[in-house]
Amino acid sequence: MKHDVVLDVTELPAHGLGTASLSWWGTLAFMLIEGTGFVLSIVIYLYLMSVAPRWPLDTAPPDLLAGTTLTVVLLVSLIPNVFVTRWARSQDLRKVRMGLIVMSLVGVLPLILRVFEFPAMHIKWDQNAYGSIVWVMLGLHTTHILTDLGETVVLTSLMFTRHGDNARRFGDVADNAMYWNFVVLTWLPMYVCLYWVPRL
Amino acid sequence: MRAVADREGVRDTGMEAVELDRRLAATWSTPPGLWGALSTVDHKIIGRRYIVTAFVFLALGGVLALLMRLQLAQPEARFVGPDRYNQIFTMHGSNMMFLFAVPVMQAMAIYLVPLMVGTRNIAFPRLNAFSYWMYLAGGLLLWIAFAVDTGPDVGWFAYVPLSGPQYAAGKRADIWAQMITFTEVSALAIAVEIVVTVFKQRAPGMSLDRIPLFVWSMLVTSFLVILAMPAIMIASTSLILDRLVGTHFFNPAEGGDVLLWQHLFWFFGHPEVYIIFLPAVGMVSSIVATFTQRPVFGYLAMVMALIATGVLAFGLWVHHMFVAGLPRLGESFFTASSMAIAVPAGLQIFCWLATIWAGRPIFKTPFLFVIGFIVVFVIGGLTGVMVASVPFDTQVHDTYFVVAHFHYVLVGGAVFPLLGAVYYWFPKLTGRMMSETLGRWSFGLIFSGFNLTFFPMHILGLQGMPRRIYTYQPEMPWSGLNMFISLSGIVLAAGFLLFFIDAIRSARSGPVAPANPWGASTLEWATSSPPPSYNFARLPVIERLEPLSDRSDPLGIVEGLYTDRRELLITGVVEARAQARESSVGSSIWPLLAALATSAMLIWSIFTPWAVVWGSIPIAVALIGWFWPKGDPEDET
Repeated sequence: MKHDVVLDVTELPAHGLGTASLSWWGTLAFMLIEGTGFVLSIVIYLYLMSVAPRWPLDTAPPDLLAGTTLTVVLLVSLIPNVFVTRWARSQDLRKVRMGLIVMSLVGVLPLILRVFEFPAMHIKWDQNAYGSIVWVMLGLHTTHILTDLGETVVLTSLMFTRHGDNARRFGDVADNAMYWNFVVLTWLPMYVCLYWVPRL
Repeated sequence: MRAVADREGVRDTGMEAVELDRRLAATWSTPPGLWGALSTVDHKIIGRRYIVTAFVFLALGGVLALLMRLQLAQPEARFVGPDRYNQIFTMHGSNMMFLFAVPVMQAMAIYLVPLMVGTRNIAFPRLNAFSYWMYLAGGLLLWIAFAVDTGPDVGWFAYVPLSGPQYAAGKRADIWAQMITFTEVSALAIAVEIVVTVFKQRAPGMSLDRIPLFVWSMLVTSFLVILAMPAIMIASTSLILDRLVGTHFFNPAEGGDVLLWQHLFWFFGHPEVYIIFLPAVGMVSSIVATFTQRPVFGYLAMVMALIATGVLAFGLWVHHMFVAGLPRLGESFFTASSMAIAVPAGLQIFCWLATIWAGRPIFKTPFLFVIGFIVVFVIGGLTGVMVASVPFDTQVHDTYFVVAHFHYVLVGGAVFPLLGAVYYWFPKLTGRMMSETLGRWSFGLIFSGFNLTFFPMHILGLQGMPRRIYTYQPEMPWSGLNMFISLSGIVLAAGFLLFFIDAIRSARSGPVAPANPWGASTLEWATSSPPPSYNFARLPVIERLEPLSDRSDPLGIVEGLYTDRRELLITGVVEARAQARESSVGSSIWPLLAALATSAMLIWSIFTPWAVVWGSIPIAVALIGWFWPKGDPEDET
């Protein structure tokens, strides 16, 4: 078949940034999958509540202190996260390194608080269906904090190697920061569901 | 040669064809040997592997069906006992849905979508490799368990309390639930790859209204997968938790609810039907356009129908639960929505009929399967409208009428188009043609065998024969029809056997296929059969919906890409304007290692919850190995 050259791409960037990046879209798609999972866990919670004679089942509503503190910590963590995103966009290696170290430390805090959240529920997973769903919801969200923290720590180490100063890495840092936003924002409806719905 | 070399590498600008092919092959080819096979990320190799594996599972599932027909041919037969029979029908359903129907459709997309949108590899090629290994591991888990008499025996939808800790001792139900995890992980991975490939890797100029209908159908399907499959993953995980660590999701004594399982399962399970059906619709559109020698009538209507079906698919799940005692108002709503989905389905049927009417049809094997599809699927659709009505459904629920209905819909709606698609795209998959003579025989046997096998099941159902019984008494008026069905099943099986023989024989020694043997108009036919490792020596630029329809007007091409690293084009979502040159990762063994680590954790976790803790460590190691940069040219920017 004959061909005519109709497009010269020599001048195009050799890597897509922002919405031109495949991994940005991939992250978005995985957020959609996991977001659906979070929504379903809330639906199961509300479904079980709708068939229960009283709610929470055979226990008091959860204590607010640990969960509320964690929510505040997560919300505050968005501030350094926004800066990391900005520095990654401007490809400022020194600041990105610093920001990632901060985010690695910030990621540990909610895990510590989470340890106190489980007992604050006043119920174990194997006592009744209420216990089962609150443990699964907390567990599901904890998994997300853990995986994102793991990713942040690996990225932090990576940024200190010779592979760090690369537009691709800065893109990864920005995507990772976006994912942290997702982990924080999905917590908010779960927090309302776990701590305030039983008080209605 | 007039290659333009700069600091970073060699571009294809002005390069002669032979030199360009040589350089691209050196960059893109999968190395030969076992290591190459285990580490490849070529979407064509993985797609072919996926398709072959799925057809092996189809054959195995077919053997199970024959075993069931052997048992049911006569009343009070002693060929299979009740326990083994429970395993066989559960395996048949689970295998066909989770290991054949969904994976084979996605597998066709893995192979075809990158070619049809004119790019060089699928998005996230290593995730694609990982997906295949996970799928294979899930399939092996299910079948090895069955071979050692631990196959699931709780039905393919594993209703609680039958599948719960109280009534399903042992590990059979866990095997089912964990097989779900394997196949859903692999399906979700492909869905993400397809969405991103279609959004961001289309050839420049392939705006939304120039996307081939098959690609549209896979895009909608992928969104269905993304939104529906988390429900079954949460459901199967909750089931495992109930069985392993004593949670009470489905235990009414402690505030759980058995209907919760049915809601979660069918919120996934009904869209699942469309996850299987919509790709088939795309295949039919491709075949109809080629064999009527004209574009499909009503492109916009077809795309809208695909999207409408995708949206409505999430509003139907309760029609599987009409006899579960739900509120009447809810039932009426779901009756209405179940009937409403017949509208976009009907719209598509009429568009195809209009295309055939206005075109010049050529009755080759792929087209015969499309005709078979229209006939069988319309019958299945009509019985679908019948069972959408609550009083009728109450009467035939759990009878052979339902068995007949869903085989008409699924085999008619998906397997007929799929077989047509295999005949149609076989030259692109293998470089060889399948036999037209054997194809016609195979179609004739499958079409007549299918109808003779499944149509009488409607009558058996109306006569009250329940599904999932391992035998029946001679006093029941069912034995004549059952014998007839079993004999017809042999005709159907012979048709499939012929198809397999033809496929294997043709792959080895069929006539060599040219690039575009059918005179089709979509992009996959613009490259050789089978395509080279880099798909297109020069990426095409698209100026119309059917880029190959006008022979006098050659395809425009792109210039300026590097040849010494795997490079493709990123384009905008709507207009597909070129945005960037982007690298595509090369072969890696890490996806296989990650899949092995994940499989070990998932299987281990059937036995102890601590597997999740300890098993995560090798997974984390494998993922770090996977993503850690190795200094390849693909990592440069």
